[in-house]
Amino acid sequence: MTGSLVRAALDRAASVGAGREGLNILVAVNPHAVADAESAAARGGGQRLLEGVPVAIKDNIATLDTPTTCGSRILAGYVSPFEATVVERLRAAGAVVLGKTNMDEFAMGSSTEHSAYGPTRNPRDPCRVPGGSSGGSAAAVAAGIVRIALGSETGGSVRQPASFCGVVGVKPTYGRVSRYGLVAFASSLDQVGVLAQSVEDAALALGIIAGRDPRDATSAGRDVPDYRSAVRRAATGTTPLAGVVVGRPREYFPDGLHPGVRERCDAALNTLAELGATIRDVSLPHTTYAIPVYYIVAPAEASSNLARFDGVRYGARVQAEAVTAMYDATRSHGFGAEVTRRILLGTYVLSAGYYDAYYKRAQDVRTLITADFRRVFAGGVDLLFTPTAPTPAFKLGSISDPYEMYLNDIFTATANLSGVPAISVPIGTAEGLPVGGQIIAPHFGEASMFAAAAALEHALEHSPGAPPPSAPAS
Amino acid sequence: MTDATTGAVTAGTGAYEMVVGLEVHVQLKTVTKAFCSCSTEYGAPPNTNVCPVCLALPGALPVLNAHAVELATRAALALGCTVHPVSVFARKHYFYPDLPKGYQISQFDRPLATGGSLATDEHAVRITRVHLEEDAGKSIHDRYPAATAIDLNRAGVPLIEIVSEPDIRSAAAAGQYLRALKRVMEYTGVSDVNMEEGSLRVDANVSARLRGTEALGTKTEVKNLNSFSNVERALAAEFARQTAVLSAGGRIEQQTMLWDAAHGSVRPARSKEGSHDYRYFPEPDLRPLVVTSAWVDAVRGSLAELPAARAARYASQYGLGAGDIAALIDKPRVADYFEAVAAGHGDAKAAANWVLGEVLAALNATHMDVRAFGIQPAALAGLLGLVRDGTISHAAAKTVFAEMAHSGEPAAVVAQRLGVTQVGDDDALNRWIDEVMAENPAEASRYLAGERKLQGPLVGRIMKKSQGRADPKRVNQLLAVRTGA
Repeated sequence: MTGSLVRAALDRAASVGAGREGLNILVAVNPHAVADAESAAARGGGQRLLEGVPVAIKDNIATLDTPTTCGSRILAGYVSPFEATVVERLRAAGAVVLGKTNMDEFAMGSSTEHSAYGPTRNPRDPCRVPGGSSGGSAAAVAAGIVRIALGSETGGSVRQPASFCGVVGVKPTYGRVSRYGLVAFASSLDQVGVLAQSVEDAALALGIIAGRDPRDATSAGRDVPDYRSAVRRAATGTTPLAGVVVGRPREYFPDGLHPGVRERCDAALNTLAELGATIRDVSLPHTTYAIPVYYIVAPAEASSNLARFDGVRYGARVQAEAVTAMYDATRSHGFGAEVTRRILLGTYVLSAGYYDAYYKRAQDVRTLITADFRRVFAGGVDLLFTPTAPTPAFKLGSISDPYEMYLNDIFTATANLSGVPAISVPIGTAEGLPVGGQIIAPHFGEASMFAAAAALEHALEHSPGAPPPSAPAS
Repeated sequence: MTDATTGAVTAGTGAYEMVVGLEVHVQLKTVTKAFCSCSTEYGAPPNTNVCPVCLALPGALPVLNAHAVELATRAALALGCTVHPVSVFARKHYFYPDLPKGYQISQFDRPLATGGSLATDEHAVRITRVHLEEDAGKSIHDRYPAATAIDLNRAGVPLIEIVSEPDIRSAAAAGQYLRALKRVMEYTGVSDVNMEEGSLRVDANVSARLRGTEALGTKTEVKNLNSFSNVERALAAEFARQTAVLSAGGRIEQQTMLWDAAHGSVRPARSKEGSHDYRYFPEPDLRPLVVTSAWVDAVRGSLAELPAARAARYASQYGLGAGDIAALIDKPRVADYFEAVAAGHGDAKAAANWVLGEVLAALNATHMDVRAFGIQPAALAGLLGLVRDGTISHAAAKTVFAEMAHSGEPAAVVAQRLGVTQVGDDDALNRWIDEVMAENPAEASRYLAGERKLQGPLVGRIMKKSQGRADPKRVNQLLAVRTGA
């Protein structure tokens, strides 16, 4: 019986064209998905939170049944001999891995165009990108294939595609979720995140994957609150946010902000006020440095983390006479242009004579960005509300300048740099395209973040002109 | 004199002084690797002690081995270092096929410990720092033609790097420092310190300067030093090379030199090997290493007596000479053995003589650890007791010793079985004396006539007749009685 959800998901994937020739959402389908669901049911589980529920997994999270390639040629066909902690925990809750989702190579990108498998298309408008780098996971949820998908965040890679695809995307506090089995991009920024059709589903999934993992020394030992009951409480009563102070950081509403995005955000802030929240203007003055800091720290760590892809032990190898020539040939062949660019950038900023001027200085400014959040949250503000992305989804191929692409992270990278949790929830459409609003909470403040997001989601769904919940275009 | 073209002061080679600092890597004696739970066992089949972490599979993460931290802390404290409450792991990058991650997890600007010193035979050498890091795998170049084999069993084994100040002034002093360091590692139980298995490895920073000057000369780093004697030979060779260059008015190039033991010479490494930019940055997968002062104090309290303290105690408690002390304390387990024999027997000097003589000879002949030796301290004390009370002769005791090592029986049992128990009974002794007198009538009559110098040869014959069992002191007395003395 529980195989039925998996079969329905596979049917849905086929009908929306989730394969390579269509939206290019799934880069691998788990051949054992139906059998997994049936054998789990036969073992008499039945009562678990995600019994038989298919989930899609971003291709940089290790799974046993399908390759884990990070959307890169250098890992073509690579099958991990172990599974990520987050996948183990989903399976233990009864979930079934449906398959792997497309992504920007090694999670470097904001459009899912930089993949060895080719670009993923946005189910809301196939001419447009789904955002990135977790574009495949966001699209899988938006297309109605799965209720829940795992993505990963380094600078906004869950929230921005959630915004572009009109789904919920959550980036937990750094350390909230184990990174064991997440292929590292920038270790001090990376977190596994959840894309879901509703805040409640996101809360449910995060509650399952969160918590201390002895295999990840950076995972936190703090107890995991019951996020779902926080969500359910927030959806009752007329003013569930009474007493909650929501900050509106002025740096996140610049003059050049897309007017449709601004309009939706203003409306959402009004809704939050109607729900009982007090809206307060605040300032996070170091926000302006987030992009330069991020594009020093993240490439620096990436240049180190990607050094292991050397053709010696696994993955692609291009043979050559000498070992150094083999490295050059393998890595030149295996890595795409954006990954190569960031490795070079990162290598440069860590080099002798440049370290202090770039990496060390960036880390110093990073502490100032974190201090901004701490100060605001210590000053009586409970949550912050901002746009998730500066624009709705853009057209495939429309951004060719890397720096312009990097600016997509402008409202999201701060949460990664400082480690605070944040969620993107759909707040309507602009020119027919989904717009996401971002709620940022203090470190380990996911429960109140989910509660506010759920209240907002509930209110918007029941207001006139509300966007249809996760209805895919066809 | 001054060289006209370079302006450098040149002098004969004898005018120069060697200045050396050593970087020593010591493998820690943990059961599992530094950042994963793989075994550290030496000699396992290639690539069997490996896992996703030490193979650097995508998504694997390091988790610090607490025992490695404890052993590193023991070593640092034994070297008199300050152990810092917070130290930070850093990534050291270079591409090499036996370095799976493309970086080594090490410590850089915030090491575990700094500022110690180690007493050697002649003087103290200051210790700059002790830090914790992981080993690389092994590249095996001679196994397959035109290919290099990689064994990653060693990848991730915990090491400490012990960096000395440039306080060493001769090749011999370097040898003394290394032997003293090795002893400390053995005494603290930090490492097996086996150079054949690579558990202690040495790199040397060498420079030369005119005697009486303070400024350091340009240094070279000498690598590939796989034994203490090779360290001394390589330092001598590199110093000779540098002084030859300097006395000819040349300049020393800062570079890495490789020691070639087969040819007894040093040669420059390929330029790339010496010019790494390691691009260190703090390891984001590991939190800073925090140790409390209470924990450090507990580790300090658990340290066994160190070699220098033991040497001082042997001089005051046992009154032994410097040579005996140095030999006894070289191996902590041998020293423990000696102390047990001395305690059981009461005469430390006799215990020292036997341990340094018969015991070490037997151990060296069989390459045996003293803990596995067939004669444990109480049994040796028993043997020495038989010698002291005259039950057996010193000569017979050596025979009994050899048999005890073999059979594991107590000394008295072996002495009885071998029939070497000394005979002091006058009737029996007089019978042997009579027989020897009868067999050698000429010597006998000359001896009895007063030719006392014949007493020695006669005692020898009597001892031989008794097969060594006659008590020589009593035989001498009985012979003397016959001359009427």
